[in-house]
Amino acid sequence: MTTPPAVAITGITKRFGDDVIAVDNIDLEIADGEFFAMLGPSGCGKTTTLRMIAGLEFPTIGSLKIFGEEVGTLPPNKRPVNTVFQAYALFPHMTVEQNVAFGLKMQKVPKTEIAARVAEAIALVKLGGMEGRRPNQMSGGQQQRVALARALVNKPKVLLLDEPLGALDLKLRQEMQVELKTLQNRVGITFVFVTHDQEEALTMSDRIAVMDQGKLLQVGRPEDIYESPANRFVADFIGRTNLLDGTVESADTVCLTNGARVPAASNLPVGTKVAVSVRPERAHLHARGGAPEGRPTLDGRLTDVTYLGNALVHTVALDWMTIEVRTEPSHEPPVAGLGDDVTVSWEPGAVSVVAD
Amino acid sequence: MTVTETPFETVEHGEAATPEFERANNKAEARRGFLIALPAFAYLTLFFAIPLLIVFAYSFATRNRFGEAVFSDVGFGAYEKLGEPLIRRVIFRSLWLATITTAFCLVIAYPFSYFLATRSPKVRNILLVFVMIPFWSNFLVRNFAWRVILGNDGVITRITEAVGLGQTEILFTQKAVVIGLVYGYLPFMILPLYAAIERIDLHLVEASRDLYASGWQTFRRVLLPLSMPGVIAGSILVFVPSLGAYVTPEILGGAKTTLLGSYIVSQFLTARNWPVGASLSFVLMAVMLSATIVYFRSGGRNL
Repeated sequence: MTTPPAVAITGITKRFGDDVIAVDNIDLEIADGEFFAMLGPSGCGKTTTLRMIAGLEFPTIGSLKIFGEEVGTLPPNKRPVNTVFQAYALFPHMTVEQNVAFGLKMQKVPKTEIAARVAEAIALVKLGGMEGRRPNQMSGGQQQRVALARALVNKPKVLLLDEPLGALDLKLRQEMQVELKTLQNRVGITFVFVTHDQEEALTMSDRIAVMDQGKLLQVGRPEDIYESPANRFVADFIGRTNLLDGTVESADTVCLTNGARVPAASNLPVGTKVAVSVRPERAHLHARGGAPEGRPTLDGRLTDVTYLGNALVHTVALDWMTIEVRTEPSHEPPVAGLGDDVTVSWEPGAVSVVAD
Repeated sequence: MTVTETPFETVEHGEAATPEFERANNKAEARRGFLIALPAFAYLTLFFAIPLLIVFAYSFATRNRFGEAVFSDVGFGAYEKLGEPLIRRVIFRSLWLATITTAFCLVIAYPFSYFLATRSPKVRNILLVFVMIPFWSNFLVRNFAWRVILGNDGVITRITEAVGLGQTEILFTQKAVVIGLVYGYLPFMILPLYAAIERIDLHLVEASRDLYASGWQTFRRVLLPLSMPGVIAGSILVFVPSLGAYVTPEILGGAKTTLLGSYIVSQFLTARNWPVGASLSFVLMAVMLSATIVYFRSGGRNL
């Protein structure tokens, strides 16, 4: 018998009141042991979906199974899942130890076992020596660890994380990203986390679900989503990209709005309005006419160069839009100066076609 | 990360901040503060502190044959009289009624305050106005209204008669007094409770439910401890006036339910024993004062 998915969502819709559809008929399966991200702008329904898995909201229609068991309307205390809340929601009147022990105490676990498991969880998140502190005596990063320990100590079947790193500063956030990933490998629990930060989602997760306006737009591995976005929104939301509007002319050609024909494979019907997505780091910059033979090209004028330390971002004005070209800094003399006529090119296979 | 901060603030205006200048400044500040508070000081001294001292003085006087308080024989006689069975009964009865009144208020107000604190701001404001509405009418009138409701011909009796429970006798009993007190002081319980619960992050409730706590356990382990400042404040605000209540027991209570307030009044007006009335007032005040101190102590710890 194969193990059922950790979370199986089938045809779930969540309405608030009569006119707000927070989650619109989504289907989603999360495998056992996966690090799964739900990504989207605020208000896209990702948090509502997470809260439905936790039992903090109930779906209006649809089925929700955790390891094959229907949990649709079970209250949160009857579900084998735990949540790390956005602002941690640590109990301010309890010490770190009491916070971490809370779930076990409520499950009536024997006292000696509680002590052992709490100590283990506190060690796991490297907070040894802080057992007696109150949450308000700790930094944001430490509170985050307490929240993790408080959830993990219960050995949930699925750990839900609601924007777990949102309140931390950049450096700490990057450290915690790595740590969360390591932690997940160690405990082997399915992690489902919600974020609006695409970079975070790309670095940490095995698979990503991109949502917008309550709809599930695409589910896939980070590289799939980055390289072959399902539609214009996904292409635009994940990483930076140049979206060149056009129309499908044949299975492997798109006619751009300026009349240029560029090779771009798609299986959309001829005549569909699409955009060709050219990632800034996949585009190359040349002096006018200097592009290698056989590549699609666009002519324009270099209007701006931004130095980012590890990259240079060139803004090129075409006569119908502006595009971005990203290059690595080098000691070679630049191919063009500000205001010069330039040509932008890319490898024929390096682009993707997205419908609206 | 760089944080730009001036190492010593005094460096910037070091020259102006000489000790003399600072002292003069502080003095002016204190003088201004005193002037602002002067009217209140004067009023409280004249109409509160001095009368209080007079009452305090009378509590050590003795009553002569004509019912006058005399200071020729000063002592603790009036305080000793408080130990007499009759007065002791009045004191215990008052403490008991104040305690159940507080308990009823707490049980009724807590769920309502939680409900209130979890509504949208608009609904909250409307409900808060409803809580306040009774204050717009006269306290005496409201108590007489209860007399009509609880009376032999009142709504309650009619209902119990209709369902076959026979006539109920509530008016002029302790039950009527408690009903009246709970009604009168409920808002004083609701408001501090609401303020305390409203401050609690409701994600804590969700976190508790997520960590396998039932609704009741969440209340016991999370909501109640965190709303304790409100529970204590509300309890004191209800207990203290209930203990010294005069109007409600006079109107709704019977002859057998004399409480402290009425007893003190009778000592001054009917029995003409000012020293006993004064000493009883002071004991009552001591109880209230200690309750208030308890509140501030615990409030300081929990906030």
